[in-house]
Amino acid sequence: MNKPPDSIIQARGLRKVYNTGKVQVEALRGVDLDVPRGEFISIVGPSGSGKSTLFHIVGGLTPPTAGEVIVAGRNVSTVGERGRTELRSSSVSFVFQKFNLLPNLTARDNIRTALYISGKEPDQFDPELLSLLDLLGIAGRLDHKPSEMSGGEQQRVAIARALATRPAILLADEPTGNLDSRNSLAVLNILKDLNERLGQTILMITHNTEAAAFGHRTLHMRDGRIAETSH
Amino acid sequence: MIFTLVWENVRFKPVRTLLSVLLIAVPVTLILTLIGLSRGFLDDSARRSQGVGADIVFRAPGTSVMTFSGAALPEKLTEVLTQTAHVTQATGVVNQPIGGFDSVTGIDPAGFTRMSGGFIFREGRIFEKPDEVVVDQFYADQRHLHAGSVTRILNRDWHVSGIVEPGKLAHLFVDVRNLQDLVGATGKLSQIYLKLDDPSNTPQVIQALQAKFDGYAIYSMKELVSLISVNNIPLLAGFINAVVGIGVIIGFAVVSLSMYMAVLQRTREIGILKSLGATNGFVMGIIVSEAAALGFGGTIAGILLSFVTRWAMLHIAPASLPQAVVPSWWPIAGLIAMGGALLGSVYPGLMAVRQDPIEALAYE
Ligand SMILES: Nc1ncnc2c1ncn2[C@@H]1O[C@H](COP(=O)(O)OP(=O)(O)OP(=O)(O)O)[C@@H](O)[C@H]1O
Ligand SMILES: [Mg+2]
Repeated sequence: MNKPPDSIIQARGLRKVYNTGKVQVEALRGVDLDVPRGEFISIVGPSGSGKSTLFHIVGGLTPPTAGEVIVAGRNVSTVGERGRTELRSSSVSFVFQKFNLLPNLTARDNIRTALYISGKEPDQFDPELLSLLDLLGIAGRLDHKPSEMSGGEQQRVAIARALATRPAILLADEPTGNLDSRNSLAVLNILKDLNERLGQTILMITHNTEAAAFGHRTLHMRDGRIAETSH
Repeated sequence: MIFTLVWENVRFKPVRTLLSVLLIAVPVTLILTLIGLSRGFLDDSARRSQGVGADIVFRAPGTSVMTFSGAALPEKLTEVLTQTAHVTQATGVVNQPIGGFDSVTGIDPAGFTRMSGGFIFREGRIFEKPDEVVVDQFYADQRHLHAGSVTRILNRDWHVSGIVEPGKLAHLFVDVRNLQDLVGATGKLSQIYLKLDDPSNTPQVIQALQAKFDGYAIYSMKELVSLISVNNIPLLAGFINAVVGIGVIIGFAVVSLSMYMAVLQRTREIGILKSLGATNGFVMGIIVSEAAALGFGGTIAGILLSFVTRWAMLHIAPASLPQAVVPSWWPIAGLIAMGGALLGSVYPGLMAVRQDPIEALAYE
């Protein structure tokens, strides 16, 4: 495998087949991808084209059926469940369309849970995390539960929780899908800011071409493949 | 951190939590009540036995510590025993069960008073007529009796001639001859109490008696009291084991069901934890800790409820069913509840661990 220098994600011939009863669904049909550290990539494509599936494999939520993918130095195709769990706790974080905060817990406890799971000190937020909370504008909302926050606030807490553990890669699956345009813009600006200031590698799925324009380049997926790349 | 997660889970669904805790409390209360009742009953028997003031008790062959009813000793034996060296007094009694946990005891008032120091009357006087009965304060409270009341025992109406302070031999007393005739045991006794010139002669007298009356059950009072325990009542021991078993099963079933529901309800949250990189051990740890918390809560609630049953027993049946507080059984009952709870959490825990994170995250 030819590795471009400092690629944080390298995928070759990635395939994923789901067996649902008698029907086999080919969600990915051979994806090749190289993501250099510090890039902000947008991914667009019709529904069912395999965007989320690609994230689930890169993020270690499910193994590929065939092909090879190395994420942050880990061969996700071969590490097994334990290795993928470690990948999730140490190197990759998700942000979802539906925020996916733990509903019983305050914003602070959501963040503490992520820190605890990744083996970091959960009770003392370090200065970098505190400045991230400032940047996200949620420093004053930490003792609220998700039900007491707006969608925009919840998504910013989700971003804080995702980045609190300093992952090498942030995977954002339609992060603005449930937000109004004002909150969407705020979240997109924050992602761009994080990418520019901290060099955070970000992959973002979106249905919105304006949102896609926040990335350095845009991958277009179709029928389980990356059909084209635009800058 | 696990504490926070468990605590917030438990707090988030207070009704489910309360219900689980109360259901787990049921077997704990059941066990503690049962143990308390047996202990109370036995302590009460022991105290009453000591209240007789005897040094030795003499029973017919083939009787055991807790089963001595049936009058099988000839009355003449009392005279014979009085003549034994060191024996200064002998008085015989007849025990007759009257249903439930109660029995009536026939005594010879003169002999019994001499040995025990006599009754202390709170109301009335000793029985004088054949249909008169003396009861102790516990029994009087339980049946709402006073001197002059009429009560039915052994299918006959009796007049309560007096109420005495509890703690001497029995709860109900009638004249021994009267009872002998009534139960068709004229001239027979259930047991004979002996008092010695000096209690330190007890072993020596027992030896002498055993040599002379082969096969008879002869105990020192000390020995008898020490033998009054749960282990000497096979039926009770078996019953306690059964309740302990039920306790484990209830704890298991309640927690199993409760955690099963919780895992289903929290499918998505488990998916979130997994997406954050939570290990199987972490997810399992939360489920098991929550089960342990429910088990602990159930134990505390069960202990508190056992005081409620005790209060109820004291008001309903202070004579037949005295319930002791037995703190030494609190940890045992707790372990039983916790054991059931932890066992019950294993399957739901495994279910949570095996969930596919992608499906769990998609769960509505
Ligand atoms: N867990 C699964 N089991 C079975 N089939 C699945 C599963 N996940 C995805 N698929 C199928 O794989 C294909 C790709 O799904 P995927 O979620 O990756 O699409 P997507 O590009 O993210 O679509 P959308 O824009 O609607 O989110 C679809 O046909 C989907 O039905
Ligand atoms: Mg998708």
